[in-house]
Amino acid sequence: MQVPAPFEYERATSVEQAIALRAKLGDEARFIAGGHSLLPMMKLRLANPEHLIDINDLEELFYIKEEAGEIRIGAMSRHRDLLDSELLYQHFPIFRDAEKLIADPVVRNRGTIGGSLCQADPAEDLSAVCATLGATCVIKSETGERVVDMKEFHVGPYETAVGDAEMLTEIRIPTASNGGSAYEKVERRAGDWAVVSSGASVWMDGDTITAGRVGLAAVGDNTTQLDGVAELLAGKTASEELYTQAGELAAASCSPQTDNRGTEAYKRHLAMELTRRSLRRAVARAQGQEA
Amino acid sequence: MTTTEPAPTEERPIGFGKLLRKEDPRLIRGMGNFVDDIQLKGMLHLAILRSPMAHAKIVSIDKSAAEAMEGVVAVVTGEDLAGHGLAWMPTLSNDVQAVLATDKVRFQHQEVAFVVATDRYIARDALEQIDVEYEWIDPVVDVRTAMNPDVPVIRTDLEGKTDNHVFDWETGDAAATQAVFDNADVVVKQEVIYPRSHPAPMETCGCVADLNRVSGQLNLWSTTQAPHAHRTVYALVAGLPEHKIRVIAPDIGGGFGNKVPIYPGYVCAIVASLLIGKPVKWMEDRTENLVTTGFARDYVMQGEIAATKEGKILAIRTDVLADHGAFNGVAAPVKYPAGFFGVFTGSYDIEAAYCSMKAVYTNKAPGGVAYACSFRITEAVYLVERMVDVLALELDMDSAELRLKNLIKEDQFPYETKTGWVYDSGNYEPALRKAMEMAGYDELRREQAEKRERGELMGIGLSFFTEAVGAGPRKDMDILGLGMADGCELRIHPTGKAVVRLSVKTQGQGHETTFAQIVAEEIGIPPEDIEVVHGDTDNTPFGLGTYGSRSTPVSGAAAALVTRKVRDKAQIIASGMLEVSVADLEWNKGSFSVKGDPSKSVTIQDIAMKAHGAGDLPEGIEGGLEAQICYNPENLTYPFGAYICVVDVDPGTAEVKVRRFIAVDDCGTQINPMIIEGQVHGGLADGVGMALMQMISFDEDGNCLSGSLMEYLIPTALETPDWETGHTVTPSPHHPIGAKGVGESATVGSPPAVVNAVVDALRPYGVKHADMPLTPSRVWEAMQGNHTPPI
Repeated sequence: MQVPAPFEYERATSVEQAIALRAKLGDEARFIAGGHSLLPMMKLRLANPEHLIDINDLEELFYIKEEAGEIRIGAMSRHRDLLDSELLYQHFPIFRDAEKLIADPVVRNRGTIGGSLCQADPAEDLSAVCATLGATCVIKSETGERVVDMKEFHVGPYETAVGDAEMLTEIRIPTASNGGSAYEKVERRAGDWAVVSSGASVWMDGDTITAGRVGLAAVGDNTTQLDGVAELLAGKTASEELYTQAGELAAASCSPQTDNRGTEAYKRHLAMELTRRSLRRAVARAQGQEA
Repeated sequence: MTTTEPAPTEERPIGFGKLLRKEDPRLIRGMGNFVDDIQLKGMLHLAILRSPMAHAKIVSIDKSAAEAMEGVVAVVTGEDLAGHGLAWMPTLSNDVQAVLATDKVRFQHQEVAFVVATDRYIARDALEQIDVEYEWIDPVVDVRTAMNPDVPVIRTDLEGKTDNHVFDWETGDAAATQAVFDNADVVVKQEVIYPRSHPAPMETCGCVADLNRVSGQLNLWSTTQAPHAHRTVYALVAGLPEHKIRVIAPDIGGGFGNKVPIYPGYVCAIVASLLIGKPVKWMEDRTENLVTTGFARDYVMQGEIAATKEGKILAIRTDVLADHGAFNGVAAPVKYPAGFFGVFTGSYDIEAAYCSMKAVYTNKAPGGVAYACSFRITEAVYLVERMVDVLALELDMDSAELRLKNLIKEDQFPYETKTGWVYDSGNYEPALRKAMEMAGYDELRREQAEKRERGELMGIGLSFFTEAVGAGPRKDMDILGLGMADGCELRIHPTGKAVVRLSVKTQGQGHETTFAQIVAEEIGIPPEDIEVVHGDTDNTPFGLGTYGSRSTPVSGAAAALVTRKVRDKAQIIASGMLEVSVADLEWNKGSFSVKGDPSKSVTIQDIAMKAHGAGDLPEGIEGGLEAQICYNPENLTYPFGAYICVVDVDPGTAEVKVRRFIAVDDCGTQINPMIIEGQVHGGLADGVGMALMQMISFDEDGNCLSGSLMEYLIPTALETPDWETGHTVTPSPHHPIGAKGVGESATVGSPPAVVNAVVDALRPYGVKHADMPLTPSRVWEAMQGNHTPPI
């Protein structure tokens, strides 16, 4: 049994109280949602927070709903909820693609979208998923709330726009017709972190991609949305050549490193191959050719 | 009194047959009793401070802050242990290993100090307060550089040591083999690496030591596969009188060889209990288990085969570089420093063979024999089965056809190999033909050809293995001078129920069922009426324990023979009861009857009551119905099997999917086919893990990169197909029931089948070999012609 260093524990009863606690306790305190990143880090003593503020009782943050032309996801929605949600699947099948391959059922039963986005692990999948969908994030503090896009939200590995006295409460994704999305991932084994993942979202007018985005995970900083690829795709006719071009651009736009999951060359190859595949599938879905 | 037993059925065999495991109800209900479940009054908790560096001089240790913490009872360093003469301990290979480092640390996470505290959390927190100053020494990480003249000497503790050499070893006939190679039509060569892996049992290692200062009695609850051997070693190491040591192995959550060695943590707990006078518990965490306890493999093998152009294998030769880590902690019979690697000639009838080996020290954790390897037969089988496929590719010959052409024939058994091993029995060709039939081999090859036309990558891999298990004959085999024989004791109670006491110890293999069935088969008492006692040195006869698939070949033989001894006595008592001579009785499993008059019979239960009851027994017969023996095996047993693996490789991502796996095993007489199948399933999953994902790896500074199950990957149900198992039965001629042992067969046999399948799939890319683990990245690099060794 691996045991963490001593810490104090508080159980929040409302968002306001949780934020107030965090404001009071400062940067030695951490929110704990599903705990499947933070607790292992604490057991390995890579993280040693003095206070944990448990937000698992905040039922106001458990929801997936359609409102004002957006899908709105409460930050405490579990991976399992994202995987099972028919509403989400109907609009954004990329979520189900990604969630099927995130960790294992035990982790998915506890881990949350808010926790994943705020942890901002470089190999984490939902940041790229949300970024390709043009999601925005609602961040609350004692003084009010602000809404930021994913580019602003996701600062870098383990770093987000959420401040010490703030909390991510909701993720909003604009709905639009004629869209399609897909996620592709290679892992060494089910439940392992990604070697590389690629997500793609497109909006179509006939055979033309009116807008499209691609995001990558596990291949270095600032890859959750690749602007160059979005520029390439806009207004182009969907084709295998285009997917390959996009894939090559994606591979050139990332900075993977050699480790036990794979060599740099292999990861660049996967960035290309998986981008081709995710785009191909996203377009097929937009065109109603694949469920 | 006459008792009537229900007739045996398929669900309820009295003897051999499928039978649900007797131990499962308690394990499934969470009613098992593992070492970490042991709670004793006043028990303290021990945690170990480990080195952050792979190779460094210890300049100073300041433990004052830790000692000052509330709840800390003691902080002990290597220097403190040296004061008691306990800083070093012998390994199972007659080397020494530091219990706590005194002069320098020799691998990352080596034991440096320990804390004993009132609870586990305080003990762990106190480790942070021990201040150790280290002075960096360049580590020796790459095994291929260990003998370079300019690298640091790791074992400066050994007097006069000027290099990192452990031993040289050879087997076979170098000159005769060279002569065959000189004249052969075809010679193939390939470097084949079996990377370092780890058994990673679900339960980590640990113990509770309770040394009573008044009586001098040491009770040690310990995760051990070999309680009796451990007791003797503790007696020799610590100078404790052996009759005052009781080693208890309660339920054990997996061993796979990981729980054969004696680890520093056990010794620390014993010393702590001795110093403090209270019981002390030590349990590793997952990281400690993965990075410090007995690893497996780590052989760099240069393989060569000489053959005729028609595909007759003439000779096999190999040169091996073995990484033994910082201390030679190999658990193998002492005359076999390379374990049973000598069976690298495999299942083939050849003219000559030779192996040379060099073992070296590196700045890595010690170990080397573990993970169901049958004393290095994993490495041997992997080498020969990979090399046979290299030859098949060179000759452009089907790999099944090549094997069929070279397998030892039925009439050649017992077969003496060119390295001196006598295979007891075998009938190889039918096993391979059966596997091919189950697989639909020809159809698979047709499918593969069609897929290759379309650019799809499908591979078919074969492996034919011969195991050598059941160590072993005491004339050849001992561990630290202890002969590898096993005792067994059987008592039949007056009411006809029985208790059988074993020297071996299950870690999940199902001894409590299998051994009850062996006794049942011999004496006709139902298995549920037979209690199997094991894992407690005070309550079982001496023997060397469970590893190397030796329980059934050695202790299983002992159980059968002790039961026959009891049955012989029962027959004499029966002759008195039926008033006929012994020769006039015949045995019908469970009762003796008078020949020619089956109505005159007595059951074993009747006899048991008579043996303990009133009234005279035949002259010269003592009361009671029990016996004890010690079984010394005449030879090893040699199980074998034919495995076929089918894989699909995604050409775009290089991901390998194991589509099918067909395993035909021959372990001789089958005692419980359900347990055998379970053992095979587990070993096949191990094989997929090793072949595709598992490796204990290090960076250039000697930092272990595989310290958690997030990095050291164990396959899941999603990576393993529905196993297709079959069997043939070729009994061992010298084992009393003809059983051979099966615990490690599938772990030994499956990795080459998986690797051969992947290499076969990559044939369109010109790939001739790729080393494990075949992760997507390593497969892709091989497809690009960039295969790199996993060192």
